[in-house]
Amino acid sequence: MSEIFSPVSVPAAAAPATGEGPGVRALLIGIAVVFLGLFLVLPLFAVFAQAFSRGIDAYLDAFREPDAWSAIRLTLTVAAIAVPFNLVFGIAASWSIAKFEFPGKSLLITLIDLPFSVSPVVSGLIYVLLFGSQGLFGGWLQAHGIQILFALPGIVLATIFVTFPFVARELIPLMQEQGSSEEEAALTLGASGLHAFWTVTLPNIRWGLLYSVLLCNARAMGEFGAVSVVSGHIRGLTNTIPLHVEILYNEYNFVAAFAVASLLAALALVTLVLKSVLEWRYAGDLAGGRAH
Amino acid sequence: MLHDLSLDVRAGELLGLLGPSGSGKTTLLRVIAGLDAPDRGRILFGGDDATGLPVQERAVGFVFQHYALFKHMSVADNIAYGLNARRRADRPEKAEIKRRVGDLLDLIRLSGFGDRYPSQLSGGQRQRVALARALAVEPRVLLLDEPFGALDAQVRKDLRRWLREIHDRTGQTTIFVTHDQDEALELSDRVAVLDRGRLEQVGTPDEVQENPSSVTVLKFLGDSIEVEALADGGRVRVRGRETPVRAPDGAIGPVRLYVRPWQLQLVDLDAAHLSGVVRSSYRSQGRQRIEVEEAGGRVLAVEDFDGARYAPGHPVGLRINGGYVFA
Amino acid sequence: MAATSSPAAGPLAPPRPPWRFRRPSVIPGFGLSFGYAMTCLALVVLLPLAGLVAKASGLGLSGIWHVATDPRVASALRISFGISLLAALAASVFGFVVAWVLTRYRFPGRKIVDAAVDLPFALPTAVAGIALASLYAPDGLVGAQLAKLGIQAAYTPLGIFIAMVFIGLPFAVRTVQPLIAEIDREVEEASATLGASRAATLTRVVLPPLIPAVLTGFALAFARGVGEYGSIIFIAGNLPYVSEIAPLLIVIKLSEFDYGGAAAIATIMLGISFLTLLAINLIQAWSRRRFGYV
Repeated sequence: MSEIFSPVSVPAAAAPATGEGPGVRALLIGIAVVFLGLFLVLPLFAVFAQAFSRGIDAYLDAFREPDAWSAIRLTLTVAAIAVPFNLVFGIAASWSIAKFEFPGKSLLITLIDLPFSVSPVVSGLIYVLLFGSQGLFGGWLQAHGIQILFALPGIVLATIFVTFPFVARELIPLMQEQGSSEEEAALTLGASGLHAFWTVTLPNIRWGLLYSVLLCNARAMGEFGAVSVVSGHIRGLTNTIPLHVEILYNEYNFVAAFAVASLLAALALVTLVLKSVLEWRYAGDLAGGRAH
Repeated sequence: MLHDLSLDVRAGELLGLLGPSGSGKTTLLRVIAGLDAPDRGRILFGGDDATGLPVQERAVGFVFQHYALFKHMSVADNIAYGLNARRRADRPEKAEIKRRVGDLLDLIRLSGFGDRYPSQLSGGQRQRVALARALAVEPRVLLLDEPFGALDAQVRKDLRRWLREIHDRTGQTTIFVTHDQDEALELSDRVAVLDRGRLEQVGTPDEVQENPSSVTVLKFLGDSIEVEALADGGRVRVRGRETPVRAPDGAIGPVRLYVRPWQLQLVDLDAAHLSGVVRSSYRSQGRQRIEVEEAGGRVLAVEDFDGARYAPGHPVGLRINGGYVFA
Repeated sequence: MAATSSPAAGPLAPPRPPWRFRRPSVIPGFGLSFGYAMTCLALVVLLPLAGLVAKASGLGLSGIWHVATDPRVASALRISFGISLLAALAASVFGFVVAWVLTRYRFPGRKIVDAAVDLPFALPTAVAGIALASLYAPDGLVGAQLAKLGIQAAYTPLGIFIAMVFIGLPFAVRTVQPLIAEIDREVEEASATLGASRAATLTRVVLPPLIPAVLTGFALAFARGVGEYGSIIFIAGNLPYVSEIAPLLIVIKLSEFDYGGAAAIATIMLGISFLTLLAINLIQAWSRRRFGYV
């Protein structure tokens, strides 16, 4: 008896039954942190370091150029069109897919996700094939004096394409998780469909909506490959911020390139911080309870 | 999936829809509410045809199984929702809404909880808020889907009694769905038993217990054993010995007799309909439950308070004091 | 007495319900939302992609083959696919370690490290591209150190590899991470009580259910690497036959107004992307059958 029930002294450093010992643990943490630091964080740091390498004046010089301002204006304009478009699309798509039962749903979701698996360059190419001078509608457009390619409409279209799935793919699983019973409750209490949407559905998806709009916006403002193909790189006219960065860099104007790039890097940082805050505070209100 | 069925609900009554899961009871409730549409058939409210009426205009109060409270609204806003959703012309004044919400909070004994959010309430409190929200619109009929399903045993019991009180006080016509026999029998004025989309029987709790209309109802309402018997001269005989059970009119020949545990009595072998050996015996909530094993190996449950004097292994006889035979 | 309520008079289900596209529901707005969403999908995604398919089928298989066997195109495809396979492999290995550390261990700064994993998602590719190029250039912060070892990273295939690992890493981490979090600790404890060593528990109990997720993450990182453009072109050097990637070749063909050539390369890339997507779906279907989850 005494043998069996004698208190067992646990050595403090004993390898736990279901985990790694402290040594292995420290090693793995070290590898992960150093690797991520060198590989992911250092480039971000490099952007700001390069941007300010010749002092604040050189940094600000990059923004005294009118081309920089027109690039910023264009990027804001494109995002201001593309993001609301995808927002409305995402709400409509998720409402019809999550609240109703019909065949072919998973195919539909796959099609909505498609732009994520298409190379950015190809995303631009498909619009060139449609609207370019030798494209499907090229002749007709030229005859009617409508400019889509190498102009704002082409850039907006390509941006909408690459950011198309963002809102829908967040909202569909979120609405599916939430089900329809709150909307049904609102209807039994006499609310109209629209009233139920505004007072019940929208408040329920608001954090998921904000989350997806944040990511959608970051991508819309930062998209490079697709926009590069359709923009035509006309300085002061069809250059977005990322394209302007490219031109400056290729002209060996590194400080200006990194200065302008620092705007996008700052946007990425803000996005990342807000995204993480949403994940920590409102995990339950995001699809799949995105708690990391 | 529902099959042809017709159910009359009386004004002011508390009707329990009882059935196993998948029996269609929730579907029926949703059809009445207008949340699901029947392929055929009609729904009448006091003579008015409500079949084509959208859910908003049916004036039903629906309490969902998991309450479906609006998470982002306070308790008071939840209760006021139906009033606020009305068109301006029909909407009560702000002060009036506030007063009614206050009354309802009193009714559900949650005065002072108006500013809380659903996530800050216990399961039983949420259930009561859901009920108040449904009552706020003064529905013609109150529909409750498994109202106590998600609660633990003690809260369930308290809420049951409380719901009955509220019903008696308000006289609100109420239909509730449950798969729990005790709950339906304790709470309802009348019980409707559903099975696989069919309405098996409607009646007061006493009626359905004393005269179950089918084997399904009988089995669903409690334990029973099945005995081979013979109908002869208006009586049912088991192994040649007469029982007090009446045979259905005109029935002659082999029948199946269903016997409840408390309709069996332990007796000496020479007066018995059935026999076996006591296997175990235990007491539960004032009842003596004895398990008797027949020669064939079948175990019969018996409730007989005097049965305790037989030790396990003792051979005993069983007398049938009642039972049910179906035509 | 006035019957207030409901004789649900009669038959509620006919023998054969009429076929409907969607199950009837009391929730309104299906027509509007479905119609609008389908219109957007058709105009923004399906029509343009159909245009590409039309262009490619105009070339015919032989036309596409002709473009694909052009030495410069063939080498660009080889570089894109070959290096992104290696990069996806590296991303999967490191990604697994990162995911394991982030879910299993508590250490100061964990949340920040966790948030940093998504940096390649958030950072615009062009910005990442010039940052990587400046870091790994022979006079850059990291490049200078590598140069001492006799390694040149920027403007070589190694540079492409680095950029592809950078953009593929979040995929590898984020597909595995939730599954590691869901591992039931009791299963590991059960294995330990049955006498298995920690290594045996890991290789025989913990890791096998994670394989599908690792494969999915690998496929996603691979697909992303193949199509990636912005973060690669600055560091790659873009030397034909050495460090020129397929997406760049599409851009070059377009600038030469060779729409057919661009469409042919795009079709080949899309074809392989779809095969990857199919592979992911098969992995997930297998996983669902085998382990009951994706």
